[in-house]
Amino acid sequence: MFRKLPTAWLQLRHQKVRLLVALSGVIFSVVIVFMQLGIRDALFNSSVRFHEGLQGDCFLISPRSTSLIAMQSFPERRLLQPLAFDEVQFVSPIYLGFAQWKNPETRDYWRNIFIIGIDLRHQPVDFSNVIENLDQLKIPDQVLFDQDSRSEFGPIASDFQQGKVIQTEVGNQGSNRKVKVVGLFKLGTSFGSDGNLLTSHLNFLRIFNNRQKGFIDVGLIKLKPGTDVKKFTDRLSKYLPKDVKIMSKQEFIEFEKNYWQSSTAIGFIFNLGVALGIIVGIVVVYQILYTNVSEHLSQYATLKAIGYRHNYLLSMVLQQAFFIAVLGYIPGLLITVIQYEFTKKATLLPVIMTSERALFVFFATLAMCFLSGMTAVHKLKAADPADIF
Amino acid sequence: MESVISIRSLNHYFGKDPLKKQVLFDINLDVHAGEIIILTGPSGSGKTTLLSLIGGLRSVQEGRLRSMEYELHRANEEKLVQVRRHIGYIFQAHNLLPFMTVQQNVQMSIELHQNFCLKEARKKSEAILTEVGLGERIHYYPNNLSGGQKQRVAIARALVNHPKLVLADEPTAALDSKSGRDVVNLMQRLAKEQGCTILLVTHDNRILDIADRIIHMEDGQLR
Ligand SMILES: Nc1ncnc2c1ncn2[C@@H]1O[C@H](COP(=O)(O)OP(=O)(O)OP(=O)(O)O)[C@@H](O)[C@H]1O
Ligand SMILES: [Mg+2]
Repeated sequence: MFRKLPTAWLQLRHQKVRLLVALSGVIFSVVIVFMQLGIRDALFNSSVRFHEGLQGDCFLISPRSTSLIAMQSFPERRLLQPLAFDEVQFVSPIYLGFAQWKNPETRDYWRNIFIIGIDLRHQPVDFSNVIENLDQLKIPDQVLFDQDSRSEFGPIASDFQQGKVIQTEVGNQGSNRKVKVVGLFKLGTSFGSDGNLLTSHLNFLRIFNNRQKGFIDVGLIKLKPGTDVKKFTDRLSKYLPKDVKIMSKQEFIEFEKNYWQSSTAIGFIFNLGVALGIIVGIVVVYQILYTNVSEHLSQYATLKAIGYRHNYLLSMVLQQAFFIAVLGYIPGLLITVIQYEFTKKATLLPVIMTSERALFVFFATLAMCFLSGMTAVHKLKAADPADIF
Repeated sequence: MESVISIRSLNHYFGKDPLKKQVLFDINLDVHAGEIIILTGPSGSGKTTLLSLIGGLRSVQEGRLRSMEYELHRANEEKLVQVRRHIGYIFQAHNLLPFMTVQQNVQMSIELHQNFCLKEARKKSEAILTEVGLGERIHYYPNNLSGGQKQRVAIARALVNHPKLVLADEPTAALDSKSGRDVVNLMQRLAKEQGCTILLVTHDNRILDIADRIIHMEDGQLR
């Protein structure tokens, strides 16, 4: 057996309070980084859940549209033109808009809700529970309510499940319209919308009665099975004038994510949060390792005097950095998993731990502690074995 | 007789040019295997400086200094490390590692040598600690021991590898006369058993009797 004494660990463990401070620093920054990344990714994912539920291969939007919350409408006849192509199975218009929803419970509380209007002849969307309820939307002023909407809209989902009749008003620029909730579906909130309603395009236009006829927000194109989507979008781009933008489904998703990532402060703010978390970690770990070295210079000098090489001392400090990283990461991960649950309940954002993110943060923690260790070892030069006699 | 230490025309300076100050002047000394030599002299005369040069803790600037088989003038760091590994040091402050038990402190010395094996290292450290009278306390931490006991651990750590040369700088200064006496007796006994050479710096006149030879140093020169 060739097992040497774990000098680095024995020294680190000797001062329990200091070790705990170092670990709390790492835990703190691990949790901060996890939260920032978790919420950021949840934002990006939730902002495209709508897109992911769309049952089309190819989409038209106005070139002036920047994201779901800022759509410009465009003429519906642009969507009819692609019907000239053999590959097209069907096309379907989608109407989008924000209106005010009156909380049926408190009555004087109004809040913006996102309304999706679809053409019932096709099944352009596939959110959970939508298909079985579609028929009900043929009746005027009936809507489906997103059960994952924020609670400020009222206890709609639970009331509905108890069989209560839910009637309220939806307001748009001064004109209010009575609507009845006839079913629930699942889409979920995103940074842009706190709650969602789904209805037929006819009902949509009843609510938004000031909208110009013949203008839509998204044009959905379903292609026949086996069609090369890429080739088709290229051909369609040449065919249609430049007043519409043509995208594959994946491009449409990236388009939305990209808006939040680069055209808003949100991406920047989250990256800043991550950077701050890492800086706090580096500073705390550096501070701890540095004091550890400078207070124990005579111990290091003794080790040198009895014949240990400088590299041995270096590896002691770096090993300590490694222990701090691993011992801080593990509780940090556990706390984060609990925090994610709370955040999910509080924000209804799909904040979940993924193995890629867990690994990424683990390596970031290692790098962070290693960097602090590399900075702290400079102090080791002051460990002079001649000083101890 | 073979000499363990051989010093010729050794000079040593501290500080840089205009403040450069010479502290060792033309030192010549031969120490033979198995000798116990005591080095005395007033404070500031350069005893510690000489000891640290012999022990490879400082680089030799001028003159020749051979410590065992190592020529130390212009020696690189790696050579100094090798010298240090072949010397047993006993410091005035015991310099034990407070985060390790007494046995682990001794083991740190054993681990420096190749072909070490954990089981053997444990046995060896236990044996030497028993010899210095601490067999019952091998799992104590240094802070729970008296000054004399700590110094005995330091002796155990210095001698466990059977070094050819032991350097001790005022090992009894921090001890009362009884434990001081015990400590030097112990050093003398173990050194004779192992046949090692001891160079000991002290101000303590009561322990001069263990010496084979006494050297006096004054103002950086040997008398
Ligand atoms: N690192 C240093 N830098 C500059 N001068 C030093 C240094 N170490 C020692 N000196 C000086 O060198 C001279 C010799 O010091 P040294 O420690 O060798 O004396 P000493 O004989 O061991 O004294 P003491 O009996 O007090 O331990 C002293 O004048 C001291 O001030
Ligand atoms: Mg001295």
